[in-house]
Amino acid sequence: MLSFTIRRLLLAIPTLLFISLVIFLLLEASPGDPLGDVPLTVPPEVKERMREALGLGQAWYIRYVLWLKQFFWVEPLHWFDQVFGTSYSAGMQRIISFQSRSPVFDVIAQRLPQTLTVVGMSYVVGVLIAIPIGIISAYKQYSWFDQLGTFVSMVGFSMPTFFTGVVLIIIFGVKLQWFPSIYDTTHVVRDWDSFLYQVKQMVMPVTVLALYNAAQISRFMRASMLDNLGQDYVRTARAKGLGERTVVMKHVLRNSLIPVVTVIALGLPAVFGGAIITEQVFKVNGLGQLLISAIHANDIPMVLTLTFIFAILIVLFTLIADIVYGVLDPRIRYD
Amino acid sequence: MTDTDRQHQLDTAELIDETAVNAAVTADLPPDNPAQAGGESRSQWGDVWRQFRSHKGAMVALLLFIGVILFVSVGPLIWTIDPTYVDIRARNSGFSVAHPLGTDQLGRDLLARLMSGGRVSIAVGLTAMVLAITLGSFIGVMSGYFRRLDAPLMRMTELFLALPLLPLLLLMVTLFREPLSQTFGAATGIFLLIVSAIGATSWMQSARIVRGEVLGLKEREFILAAKSIGTPPASMIVRHILPNVLSPIMVAATLGIATAIITESALSFLGLGFPPDFPTWGRLLFDAVDQMVLYPWRVILPGLFISLTVLCVNYIGDGLRDAMDPRIRGR
Repeated sequence: MLSFTIRRLLLAIPTLLFISLVIFLLLEASPGDPLGDVPLTVPPEVKERMREALGLGQAWYIRYVLWLKQFFWVEPLHWFDQVFGTSYSAGMQRIISFQSRSPVFDVIAQRLPQTLTVVGMSYVVGVLIAIPIGIISAYKQYSWFDQLGTFVSMVGFSMPTFFTGVVLIIIFGVKLQWFPSIYDTTHVVRDWDSFLYQVKQMVMPVTVLALYNAAQISRFMRASMLDNLGQDYVRTARAKGLGERTVVMKHVLRNSLIPVVTVIALGLPAVFGGAIITEQVFKVNGLGQLLISAIHANDIPMVLTLTFIFAILIVLFTLIADIVYGVLDPRIRYD
Repeated sequence: MTDTDRQHQLDTAELIDETAVNAAVTADLPPDNPAQAGGESRSQWGDVWRQFRSHKGAMVALLLFIGVILFVSVGPLIWTIDPTYVDIRARNSGFSVAHPLGTDQLGRDLLARLMSGGRVSIAVGLTAMVLAITLGSFIGVMSGYFRRLDAPLMRMTELFLALPLLPLLLLMVTLFREPLSQTFGAATGIFLLIVSAIGATSWMQSARIVRGEVLGLKEREFILAAKSIGTPPASMIVRHILPNVLSPIMVAATLGIATAIITESALSFLGLGFPPDFPTWGRLLFDAVDQMVLYPWRVILPGLFISLTVLCVNYIGDGLRDAMDPRIRGR
């Protein structure tokens, strides 16, 4: 298992390098100009110097290597300094956003909590809904509950989040006025009332994302339970007189959860991507919103770094899923 | 795999009936021509269709999907108002005889816009799907059939799977919309861009499925037989491999339409899709969001059409998968 993990970790390095190169070259090939908004009255030589100041003067491969150095060397050193009060990174250039002229990672650190609370919460809620639904659907196959669950998950799977989000806003935000339709990120939780407000404003975005995730996960859970319910060991467990509860909740559930855990891990980075749309609907200024505004503003360092972080998340969670699968189910080890 | 087991039961019942009918025949010596033994001969696609019909949800979905297709293709011939015609005096009108679904903020007829928008949305879905499936099956067949290509092609597939797709799509569409719409004209340029972007980022799953099928197929006797009479690789793939991997390809294709439609409308919703005078369902939804408090129907209608189409396509895919999986069909 250890050698497998090490091999996969080593394989992740060229993968990530390749992805970063793809993103970099895509941005490089783009016709957009970060100085496009500079007034025409600015003389060309000044514009040239502005270009130099933004670091756009050199050849692309030099800038690529520089960016790699900043991402993998300067930024970790900077965080190390922050934590331990040392000064190894003094005088080193961090990745600077074209838009705000502040370090990209500082902006990301500001936006991360919003995304994490909304997206993380919705994923947890989605999983908590999906697993019981999957268990009951599989155990009572073809009952009305199963039929309804299958239909609802099909619908949840088919409705795009921007539509469910907007419909929820119209019903609960506009007509009934139960929940605020815009997520207020400046809100600080101080006491019970402000906590209630925070819960209220999180209800709708979390519901939208949770429904979407629950639809997918519950189908996997149901299929996995059905696979296991027909196995011989279940018959043995029943034959030796175990209670139905123990059979289902202990023997079957534990074995069915193995593939579902990997599905959950694999789905997590996709949720960050899907949150781009939900954040746009509810005006949450998290990472997705940051990415979109950076794309519109031609903010190359920000787009590059953010997209690369999404890629790291995907590679990381794929790795985690593979390792967890191997740990949970020793039959499936990739040796 | 929704109705797998129920179908299995149906099949078993059917099988029992058939064997009961043929009991007299099977008691005799085996017939000279087994294809005509059971009376009428059955083709593979006839069987698939028979099986598909027993999936109630898929049949309803198929009818609804045909309805949506007719709505967007024949509809504009009956409802002849130009979707881009601006009638500023009739703007923001509700449901009426002149405008059954009302008008938007510029007085353009919403029914006509929904029809032409659906045309673009479904065209994007179909074209992107064809592109993705062609690419995916090509790579899948190549890497499954030629052992030397397997490792590099699968590495590439894994790399593509690790790409953050939605951010990259956003990036591609934003960066290349200007030059492409200048070269090919606004509508065609964006169409080409979106279709190729979606196609290029969604072939990986079908490539993996096809590769797996081809790998299993290569071990079969009929392939060995074809090889031993000297069939060259090209005709081997076209004559023997492709027809046998058609069913997983078709299921992947159906589900691919759904993803492509959702992706296109998501791009439009983020304001990065088609230009405003060239509506798609996603674009109509995006345009209406600003005024959703006053005119909620303008948001709900295009959204309903997107969801309905995608739901239908998903159900059809589900039915196809049940109908085509030989393990479920019990033959």
